[in-house]
Amino acid sequence: MELLCPAGNLASLKAAFNAGADAVYLGLKDDTNARSFAGLNFSAAQIKQASLLAKQQNRKLFLTLNTFAKPGHESRWQQAIDLAAELHLDAVICADISLLDYANRTYPGLALHLSVQASATNVAALSFYKQQFNIERAVLPRVLSVKQVKDLAKISPVDLEVFAFGSLCIMAEGRCQLSSYVTGQSPNTGGSCSPANHVRWQDVGTDKLTRLNEVLIDKSSQNEQLGYPVVCKGRYQTHAEMTPEYMLESPTSLNTMSLIPELAQAGIRSLKIEGRQRSPAYVTQVTQVWRQAIDCYLQSPDTFADTLQKQPQWHSALDKVSEGQVTTLGAYERQWQ
Amino acid sequence: MNLSLGPLTYCWNKQATFAYYEAIADTPIDTVYLGEVICSRRRELKYKDYLELARLLSNTGKRVILSTLTLIESASELVELKRIIDNAEFAIEANDMAAVNLALEAVVPFVAGPNLNLYNRASLDIMQKVGMTRFVMPYELSKQWLQQVLAEKSHEFETEVLGYGYIPLAHSARCFTAKHHQKPKLDCQIICQQYPKGILTQTQESQPLLRLNGIQTQSAAKVNLINQMAAMSAMGVNYFRISPSGFDDITLIKQISNRDEIDLTSINLVCPSKECNGYWYGEPGMHLQDNVTDTH
Repeated sequence: MELLCPAGNLASLKAAFNAGADAVYLGLKDDTNARSFAGLNFSAAQIKQASLLAKQQNRKLFLTLNTFAKPGHESRWQQAIDLAAELHLDAVICADISLLDYANRTYPGLALHLSVQASATNVAALSFYKQQFNIERAVLPRVLSVKQVKDLAKISPVDLEVFAFGSLCIMAEGRCQLSSYVTGQSPNTGGSCSPANHVRWQDVGTDKLTRLNEVLIDKSSQNEQLGYPVVCKGRYQTHAEMTPEYMLESPTSLNTMSLIPELAQAGIRSLKIEGRQRSPAYVTQVTQVWRQAIDCYLQSPDTFADTLQKQPQWHSALDKVSEGQVTTLGAYERQWQ
Repeated sequence: MNLSLGPLTYCWNKQATFAYYEAIADTPIDTVYLGEVICSRRRELKYKDYLELARLLSNTGKRVILSTLTLIESASELVELKRIIDNAEFAIEANDMAAVNLALEAVVPFVAGPNLNLYNRASLDIMQKVGMTRFVMPYELSKQWLQQVLAEKSHEFETEVLGYGYIPLAHSARCFTAKHHQKPKLDCQIICQQYPKGILTQTQESQPLLRLNGIQTQSAAKVNLINQMAAMSAMGVNYFRISPSGFDDITLIKQISNRDEIDLTSINLVCPSKECNGYWYGEPGMHLQDNVTDTH
């Protein structure tokens, strides 16, 4: 089972490798990926450097190309695929069928991973991508229960990758327009959810107001722990009930460490850590803990549950870097749904 | 340009649903989409009920298209999907690549629904090759996007745009209506039936923002592009979609059908909390541009 970690720059990439990542995913410094933030991501030259480092250390490197090509600008996305092929990267993570088609036709040897932004949640959808574009692997959206993941793994025509840890997207990824409804930009079109230049914090008396493009997403006290403001994690009210509540989800992160045995037995190929936008320190911390946990499981699968109980520091280390300092199993657990 | 009625997104009881579509049968609308697109736990209407409605509408000259589930997570949902695709009478609307794949295997032509991620011309052309006859523009895209994509080269597929109604914005594993009632989804008691237009959700400044409809999140405001119908026609859009929200739809359909599209360009839009049109102009979806003078 592969441990796949995020990198937003070369320091994070090195941190991930040093802490034991089997593979790293990264993106270019433009809107070809859904973490298009200022100061983040890699130039073509830096990707070349990253690929040399990966080869030296015998690790894998995937290029994230998870936005949809804009009409008239398709060449920017195609050139990213050209670059991945030229550098012999281990895979391109892609959701746009026109790009999957381009990559499959132009570089049959280039491995294609279906991005979570393609929202493929069932065997018929996975088969479509396999038959039409010969994808090798798919990243599952965070909408399936662990039982559904296991059922799907039994019949999937491609390898499966699941989200193991990080920010929790609660909607079927790639089909969420909450961000563009409020800001005009979505991960699919603009390259980010809830773009930072639309976020504004305002102090009013003892309250802290969080606004996204002037829309009030949350009102909190000054000492409350706040997550990054996104529409699905705001506090709202209805006509009938004026007490604000988290009507969709509260600020919380995904942590599936307790599911390692089930995911491994189901034959899940890769565990993905979210967070290309996070610091090298985050990458180190999370990668180290997950490396230890996976190794513990592989060494002695039967005693993993006990081991997990005896290692409360793993959870506390992860909680510290989690949004709202709270973690959940999300949709993997039926109760959450 | 023709009018179409999108699939009903809410869980109405059987009686109300039949009454609604019987009234629709009496309007001059061209195309009606039928079927459960949100949640397989909703069983007020079964497959045979939808077929009965489909035949009723078809007998009054409507073109009927059977819509399919948007988020497909289980084997039983795939079985139901296959049954709809194999109906042998009506075309289907694919709202997931699963439906595209099964339609392709069964050699059934399909409408590419608004939830398929088709963001450029090359993607539309690939879909056409596998059987797409019409595509519904993804909600967050704009007039400029559509102009560019349609102008790129000639095309054989038809185009449809959501022009009136609440906008579906997201789908989740979680049922927000059940959550609001502190019920687990597996024991939801179809609580969403209590909300014929979803739960209106507003900010702490009382600004209407969202509408919770089971596992779906919609816009609080209705998109209204009625004053853009002439512009859409000129661009080559074939269908103006209305999304069902109640019996007012019947009056609206009759009013629009009786008037010239050019006359409709002067219709005033209501107010930003009730209506929006931002996506069409490449802006945040919830924005409302007062565009009375725009007739291009």
